[in-house]
Amino acid sequence: MKLGLALRELHRAERSLARDLLAVADRHHVEHEIHHVANDLVLWSADHLSGIADAARRYDLDLDPGLPGRGPGAALRAKLSDLTGRFAAPGLLLLADLRRLHRKAAGVSLDWELVAQGAQAVKDTDLLALTQKCHPQTLRQLTWTNAMLKTLSPQVLAS
Amino acid sequence: MAERDAITDPWGARTPYGPGERWPVRVDGHLADGLTEDDVDRWVPTAAVLHSNGDGMELAVRDGRIVGVRGRADDRVNHGRLDVKDLYGWQAGNSADRLTTPLVRRDGTLRPSTWDEAMTRITDHAKGLLAEQGPSALGFYTSGQLFAEEYYTLAAIAHGGVGTNHLDGNTRLCTATAAAALKTSFGCDGQPASYTDVDHADVIALFGHNMAETQSVLWTRVLDRLAGPNPPALLCVDPRTTEVAKAATVHLAPMPGTNLALMNGLLHEILANDWVDHEFVDRCTVGFADLEAMVADYPPDRVASICGVAEGQLREAAALLGHAERLLCTVLQGFYQSHQASAASVQVNNVVLVRGMLGRPGCGVLQMNGQPTAENTRECGADGDLTGFRNWANDAHVAELADLWNLDVGQIPHYAPPTHLMQLMRYAENGTLRFLWVSATNPAVSLPELSRVRAVLGQDRLFLVVQDAFLTETAALADVVLPAAIWGEKTGTFTNADRTVHLSDKAVDPPGEARADLDIFLDFARRMGFRDKDGAAFPPWQDPESAFEAWKKASAGRPCDYTGLSYELLRARGGVQWPCNEDNPDGTERLYTDGRFFADPDYCESYGRDLITGAPAEPDQYRAENPDGKALIRAAEYLPPHETPGDDFPFALITGRTIYHFHTRTKTGRAPELNDAAPDVWVEMSPSDAAAAGLGEGDLAEVTTPRGAVRARVRIGGIREGVLFLPFHYGYWDTDSGGDKAGRAANELTMTDWDPVSKQPLFKTAAAAVSRVPDEDTRGDVT
Repeated sequence: MKLGLALRELHRAERSLARDLLAVADRHHVEHEIHHVANDLVLWSADHLSGIADAARRYDLDLDPGLPGRGPGAALRAKLSDLTGRFAAPGLLLLADLRRLHRKAAGVSLDWELVAQGAQAVKDTDLLALTQKCHPQTLRQLTWTNAMLKTLSPQVLAS
Repeated sequence: MAERDAITDPWGARTPYGPGERWPVRVDGHLADGLTEDDVDRWVPTAAVLHSNGDGMELAVRDGRIVGVRGRADDRVNHGRLDVKDLYGWQAGNSADRLTTPLVRRDGTLRPSTWDEAMTRITDHAKGLLAEQGPSALGFYTSGQLFAEEYYTLAAIAHGGVGTNHLDGNTRLCTATAAAALKTSFGCDGQPASYTDVDHADVIALFGHNMAETQSVLWTRVLDRLAGPNPPALLCVDPRTTEVAKAATVHLAPMPGTNLALMNGLLHEILANDWVDHEFVDRCTVGFADLEAMVADYPPDRVASICGVAEGQLREAAALLGHAERLLCTVLQGFYQSHQASAASVQVNNVVLVRGMLGRPGCGVLQMNGQPTAENTRECGADGDLTGFRNWANDAHVAELADLWNLDVGQIPHYAPPTHLMQLMRYAENGTLRFLWVSATNPAVSLPELSRVRAVLGQDRLFLVVQDAFLTETAALADVVLPAAIWGEKTGTFTNADRTVHLSDKAVDPPGEARADLDIFLDFARRMGFRDKDGAAFPPWQDPESAFEAWKKASAGRPCDYTGLSYELLRARGGVQWPCNEDNPDGTERLYTDGRFFADPDYCESYGRDLITGAPAEPDQYRAENPDGKALIRAAEYLPPHETPGDDFPFALITGRTIYHFHTRTKTGRAPELNDAAPDVWVEMSPSDAAAAGLGEGDLAEVTTPRGAVRARVRIGGIREGVLFLPFHYGYWDTDSGGDKAGRAANELTMTDWDPVSKQPLFKTAAAAVSRVPDEDTRGDVT
């Protein structure tokens, strides 16, 4: 059975998305909505990671239930954002970051899809319930990145 | 007409009445010293502009000057009563420091100029930027205090003439969440209930709504019910022990930032006890199952610990809501300007929906406004909405607007939601917005994190136009200042929080060369040479009445239908509630009386937003979820606030209002009675917190947050432990201090954060410290 592999991949993808959300929150400290909402959305990722780690034990996997750290550069990233807050050029970096977040969230969504399919095939109802709780939140993270791109890009591109 | 000392007696004498009876008339008024009604040449109809209640009144004119006011006995809103601010605030118009000529900045200093020079400077700059960068370089930030005609004109000029998406009103600070909550739950803006529901309700629940000070005349209506037979029970949710809290049967004082948890807890109890109108829920709503699943996680013990309220009180409050037969809920800044603003306000709508309390006398919800003409910015599309409650994401609505204006559809930006103020400020900060026209508002005092706001507005690379009656803190930063006529000096209509439209007639001439805002906007349009598809001047109207007639056409068939109104009718009848059209020639007291909503996918103003992320929903998603246009029950989970008290900053800081002042005191600070009643900033704290900090009543304290410091005299009591309160009205125009060190404006302390759904900035989420200012260090005191 390869469901464990899918769980491990989902866990890797969720951690990677969480790390990026934290990094984007810091790197765009002056973009207040991005900063605050990205920090809020990491809370969903934290829930997902602990749920995945719980479920993974049933498949003899030992996965880290916690969020990745913000990293040693967090304060520096926020400071750099403040220092360059008067310039227009970081707008392009913001669009690139949102684009990458969107692609990562799409990857996480696909991984939830796979795990949900596997859970149904092996009749793991607890795991299926976890996917039903978490996957919609991943889709909302995906929608958010798309919406922020749509809202913020016209000004960056026109100016 | 009764005169009283409204400073010491702001709510006046009781006129008790019972449920279903007509609220008795009591005519309040005030004339300048020594004058009687016999000295008045004429009375000119208008309505109150120093709060959102919309009280009908008349201006007394003698020898070409305004000399007093009186309430209109026949007005549906106030039955003759007036707020203390209205009794005295009119004096500001006669102030010696009114702006009487345009000012332009020369060699770093604002100097008097002609209108032609000022307007040419503006249009040269605007044309240059349009050629160089396009419409994205230009933005407009208007008010909550102009008239519908002026907002509609500005919306046409910004969206249609310039073609920029960057237009918002300072209603963003006071009423954006009201609009967002209504759009979320009902698919469209529009207040379901009416003030007359106070006459019938058996339970009135006020959520973050200090009605006694923000809408004092409506509060006298409540007080008169309380003094009469079979009075209603009140529920008050407020961390302060306000007059409302004192009159309440149950007072919940949650920790700031926990409103959504509290609401989920109340809904948990309502559902757990099955105080639910299942027939109404099934027939009229979608989404109940989501709410059920969400609030299951909010049992009273968990909510009590998040919010810092007693479990028993929470259950009592829920029982009050659950047993009500005619339940009226009201909401204001305690929710709108706090963490998770829209999600929490939407839960108030949900209480009303699950209890089936809609469309009947005494039932409903009033998502209140903070400013007198806030409703009009929303209707007219001057605040991040499209004109006539049209849906920017619905191509057919945009096409309809383009037809109406005879413009190419691509001229009207609709590729994203209209830019909200806080984003506009960000664009100014990063230099991509280079022209900002501010009319009748004062962001240099009213926005959060003032050091940042001053730095943004003060940039050389930003061309700042300020149109105001006075040299405000914001005007002092401008490149061009345009002197504006105010209320009483120009004609137009405006609409209050319960959809009542009033006409405000011109009573006197504006001072010097000051001009009506409408004339200024139209002059700009003519000088810019805006044209419609056939080459005719755009906008095609030229004065208040022709602007009103054009606005009526724009509102036709929309929920805010004005087509049955005219200046003549409003002059004769006083306030009338929209929609007023052929079907409803006398106006409409309550919306949704038949359980039908403005939520049809093809008609609705908004497809909704995610209550956590703020992302707009796509049209197909909305259509699939709500094909029949029912009311929408939307649930959301509680998230911790973005700044919480800790070791260095152990208090939760909230800002708010006093009954004696409006906004940044531009007018009320110039009325001697009002100024004397509350001349300077104070900080409110609980007795135990004051004792722990070594502070006594009247001591000078310094309140600090990571963003700045404010010095204020201490008032002890009236607030829960762990919370500090500062009134936000005080700025620097009447002090020598420039706000360089410890300031006077509460917004030196607030943080830049906004609700992701309504984009309303949050003024009630900050961690703060307080300390005593040593006696020898009070020389720089701003008092």
